[in-house]
Amino acid sequence: MAIDPQPEATVPAGGPGAALPAEPEGGSAGYGPWRLALRRFLRNRVAVAFLILFALIVLFVLAAPLWADHVAHTGPNETHTLQKLHVGDEVREVVTPEGKPIGPQLFAADGKFFLGADSRLGRDEMVRLMYGGRTSLFIGVVSGLITTILAVVLGLLAGYYRGWVDSVISRALDVLWSLPVLLFGIAIGTSLALGGVTIGPIHIEGGSIWVPILIISIFYTPYVARPIRGEVLSLGEKEFVEAAIAQGAGPLRVMFGEILPNLASTIIVFFALNIANNMLFEAALSFLGAGVQPPNSSWGTMISVGEELLTTQPLLAIIPGLMIMLTVLSLNIVGDGLRDALDPRSKIRFEAHTGTAEPEGAAV
Amino acid sequence: MLRFIARRLVGMAFVLFIVSILVFLIFNVIPNSPPAQRLAGKNARPFLVKSIEKEWGFDQSLPEQYVTMMKKVFNGELIQYSPRVPVDDRIKEGIPATLSLSIGAGIIWLFFGLLLGYISAIKAGGWLDRTITGLAVAGISIPVFLLAPVLIYFLTFKLEIFPNGGYVGWTEDPWEWLKHLILPWFTLAVLSIGFYSRVLRSNMLDVMNEDYVRTARAKGLSERQVMTRHVLRNSLIPIITLFGLDFGATIAGTAIITEVLYNIDGIGFYAAESINKLELPPIMGITLYGAFFVVFVNALVDIAYAYLDPRVRLGASASQ
Repeated sequence: MAIDPQPEATVPAGGPGAALPAEPEGGSAGYGPWRLALRRFLRNRVAVAFLILFALIVLFVLAAPLWADHVAHTGPNETHTLQKLHVGDEVREVVTPEGKPIGPQLFAADGKFFLGADSRLGRDEMVRLMYGGRTSLFIGVVSGLITTILAVVLGLLAGYYRGWVDSVISRALDVLWSLPVLLFGIAIGTSLALGGVTIGPIHIEGGSIWVPILIISIFYTPYVARPIRGEVLSLGEKEFVEAAIAQGAGPLRVMFGEILPNLASTIIVFFALNIANNMLFEAALSFLGAGVQPPNSSWGTMISVGEELLTTQPLLAIIPGLMIMLTVLSLNIVGDGLRDALDPRSKIRFEAHTGTAEPEGAAV
Repeated sequence: MLRFIARRLVGMAFVLFIVSILVFLIFNVIPNSPPAQRLAGKNARPFLVKSIEKEWGFDQSLPEQYVTMMKKVFNGELIQYSPRVPVDDRIKEGIPATLSLSIGAGIIWLFFGLLLGYISAIKAGGWLDRTITGLAVAGISIPVFLLAPVLIYFLTFKLEIFPNGGYVGWTEDPWEWLKHLILPWFTLAVLSIGFYSRVLRSNMLDVMNEDYVRTARAKGLSERQVMTRHVLRNSLIPIITLFGLDFGATIAGTAIITEVLYNIDGIGFYAAESINKLELPPIMGITLYGAFFVVFVNALVDIAYAYLDPRVRLGASASQ
């Protein structure tokens, strides 16, 4: 199982606005909580460095069509099995008669086959890496969005109405949480591989990337919804909620107008961590053949293709794996940095361990 | 305690029922292509589809179909259609490999996770702590997809220390068994080593702030006794829960990828093979058994937790 966003990650009730400790340096009294959080985040050099790394990865995959059209002159799914590559005066085969693909050429052939060819099909590995990254990131981000929306709505309903609404939603989330995610992902992925599925007006084709998106976003909802529900439960007892109800605000107004803004920091932190987990899950599904379907590439499918040539062209499996690791690592570190910045109390708790602050400050 | 166990077992039965319904929905009800066609496989001949339709009762009502499916699963009549082999036989063949892999990895990650977490906690803030924390973050972030190819390439192909994948039975040759499994064990364990050391560290640091630790120190116990008897023991309770859950999840999921990467002919390998051939009956069987196993382990873990930490069961019955 990947790194769960554990409930311990929960931002304490009140969100960034509540219980801000005095800043170490003076002169910050006039700033709002977001401004303070930003300052705290920027002071965390490691987190900023990894945020930049993540931004670079996003730029890298967004540049896929540029590289494909202007440098590699080929698409991600175009095969070049029988073609020859002119490198200076030399002529090299893209795929040898024994089926061995060409190795990394870097700029020897003007950027064509920069990382070599992917398999006996002779597709440009670099182009596939960029397009595959697009797919992986897209799936990660979109599933993250869907998970967040589902989790926030369910968490708000359960935490605000309590009683039987809470029981039903919590039980359902518990069941979902206790299922082996990967097995059910595989089950749904393979079951939908032929024929796809129709939900109301939406039709999803068997090989579409919306199948993994659907699977991932549903199965990761409990991990986000349960802490959010807990937070809504405690927020619901705060004076500002009573005040809003006394002013005649309806349930929707209270939930989305009063409570939701106080969840913002939790949601942001979970969103970053969630994308990382989604990408790992996508890679696992695609690696096993139950996620992104060929000929389309994702980092997971590229590893499973590359693994077969591990003896001769090890980079084919290692580079996509490295990309996944860098992306997941940067998202996790940025997520942790955001948590430290948005939730000053977790900072106090951390300092309490090293003995520089009173432990009572962290007692909830 | 008995009351807690009874309540937990009823809850487990309920979840098992839901799981079976979900599996039924996924394989038999999802609209758009006839389920018999899906079960028969990619290029099935029409008469096979016809016979499956009859066998599984797809012309009958949904509750009847559900009963047929569950009967098939529990009587071991689930069959993969090309070639025709009972699914249960293949799963049984895979159990030793999967268990060897998961149990070995579990022991390794528990040992190293606890060791590193303990050192990290008693040296909190020092360079050793920071080094371990850094390693733990790296370990958590290395996906098995990266770790396995790197290990295989360098240690198997370049240095030729380890055999190239595969599985040798424990009874056939214990030494070969060990040699074949060391890399897969570590591949599977690295993530959890990082995670457990982090969890134990933060648990221990939380416990260190408890009053009873201050009392123990005030009594004049040595620092070592305070750490092992009071802090470590109380920090281990959540770890035991976590280990139970993770171990269940490893057997029914995470081990699949490791098995595929190292060609270990276990249940996960069988699942992956079935995915590539789009054979649904094995996947149905493995999903159902795997989910049952996980739900069962979760219930056991809860009961063990309640036994170890009386606050849980007392809180549960007090709230009734």
